[in-house]
Amino acid sequence: MAAPIPILRTEHLTREVAGRRIVDDISIEVPPGDVLAIVGPSGAGKSSFLRLLNRLDEPTAGTFYVAGRDYRGILPRDLRRRLGMVMQIPFLFPGTVAENIRFGPRQHGEALPDAAIDQLLEQVALPGFASRNVANLSGGEAQRVAFARCLANSPEVLLLDEPTSALDDAAKLGIEALVRQIVTARRLTCLIVTHDMAQAARLAERVMVIEKGKLSRIGSLQEVLGAQRIV
Amino acid sequence: MLNGLFKTHLALGLAQAGVAALAAIAVMLLARRRQIHVERETLIALVRGLAQIMIIGSILVLMLRGPRWTSVFILAAMTVAAAATSARRAKRIPGAFRVSLYAITAGAGSVIALMTLAGAIDTAITALVPVGSMLIANAMNTNGLALDRFRSDVQAHVGHVEAALALGAAPEQTVAPYVQAAYQASLIPAIDNLRSLGIVWIPGLMAGMVLSGSPPLYAAVYQFVVIAMIFAASGLTCLISTTLIRERAFSPAEQLLLRPEAAAAPAG
Repeated sequence: MAAPIPILRTEHLTREVAGRRIVDDISIEVPPGDVLAIVGPSGAGKSSFLRLLNRLDEPTAGTFYVAGRDYRGILPRDLRRRLGMVMQIPFLFPGTVAENIRFGPRQHGEALPDAAIDQLLEQVALPGFASRNVANLSGGEAQRVAFARCLANSPEVLLLDEPTSALDDAAKLGIEALVRQIVTARRLTCLIVTHDMAQAARLAERVMVIEKGKLSRIGSLQEVLGAQRIV
Repeated sequence: MLNGLFKTHLALGLAQAGVAALAAIAVMLLARRRQIHVERETLIALVRGLAQIMIIGSILVLMLRGPRWTSVFILAAMTVAAAATSARRAKRIPGAFRVSLYAITAGAGSVIALMTLAGAIDTAITALVPVGSMLIANAMNTNGLALDRFRSDVQAHVGHVEAALALGAAPEQTVAPYVQAAYQASLIPAIDNLRSLGIVWIPGLMAGMVLSGSPPLYAAVYQFVVIAMIFAASGLTCLISTTLIRERAFSPAEQLLLRPEAAAAPAG
């Protein structure tokens, strides 16, 4: 039986800014349902790699495929809906929680019904928050709203860019539990950038290490983290 | 006091310019005592301003003897200079000069053309060039303010703009609040001028008309016409420039180009 088409495949993906390669020739395959942690030191190019996949930045060389299709053949807006991104800081829009969740679907003419918003808020453990003003949310609550806002677009892949780095320990563990629950319930493929090896071990099945823009290792937790300990 | 000391208008004018420049230099020195250093910029601007206005004055002397249509070339040259000045306010916006040129030409140009056709501006070079230059200069100021405000607002909200893009939003939707804020903020001086006309200030044009013998009431109404034209030209210019600049802030693949240097290469 043929192997399933990877939901994401990068081929020599590169981004050069002012003569410096911030993402340097990265080729990986991500099968559907995989949870892949992207680790590495600060400034290694982890977030830059994720931004290329959401096409917030343009690769200067190489390419990537989404379910076998070259990203250049997919409209940027469609690509961004399919590869939903949650950022380090939630960047909620002024207004209510419900208005934030409705934002994504509204961009392609879909009016999300109240019941769907309630369901999303249940999933992120914020029941009854629909009419709350986002200005009055805690850091952890705001990040949960950012998750619900991203999920409202029904993405196939979740790109998480250090989603807990701005949170305290309690909120961080809460978000980790939320990520595990969402990924399992929706059978989502997930790429999570983190600088915390322990978090990578708690969340991911596979780990890739980026150093100075280059992919230095990729494999199962045991393979990569074992090698890390030896190093 | 100076009037008695100089025999020719030119000598008197230069002496008056010297006194005005001394006042500006005094302000510059006061600022310097507060560690605000604008010495070089102020001195260059003063010398440049005086030289430019004297050159224009000399050109006008020559042009006044020429046919009426030559005023079109003078106004066109003023528009190019205005676009270049405006674009300097928005250096980091790609194509800021072209946007400013299109916007000021369309905004100020259409109001000048319309009001000339309506007879509100006389086609004589002595009327068309000064009034037209007022419209162009004010359109330039409004345009510069709008571009500067748009750039600073977008750069202060890169995270929100990119969060919206990441959710599949159209680029124009992601910067809509900043376009609106830029438009409103840049029109504040034009609105205030209109609102305070005759109460806070009596503009030079009206004063000049009264001094040259026009009936004061007609001079007052005509001044209102000019200020209203300035508002129309500025508003239209700003509307066009904010629309054009909104598109240039993004790449064809709908990526935000207008990012601060530090955000261009994320740390992670």
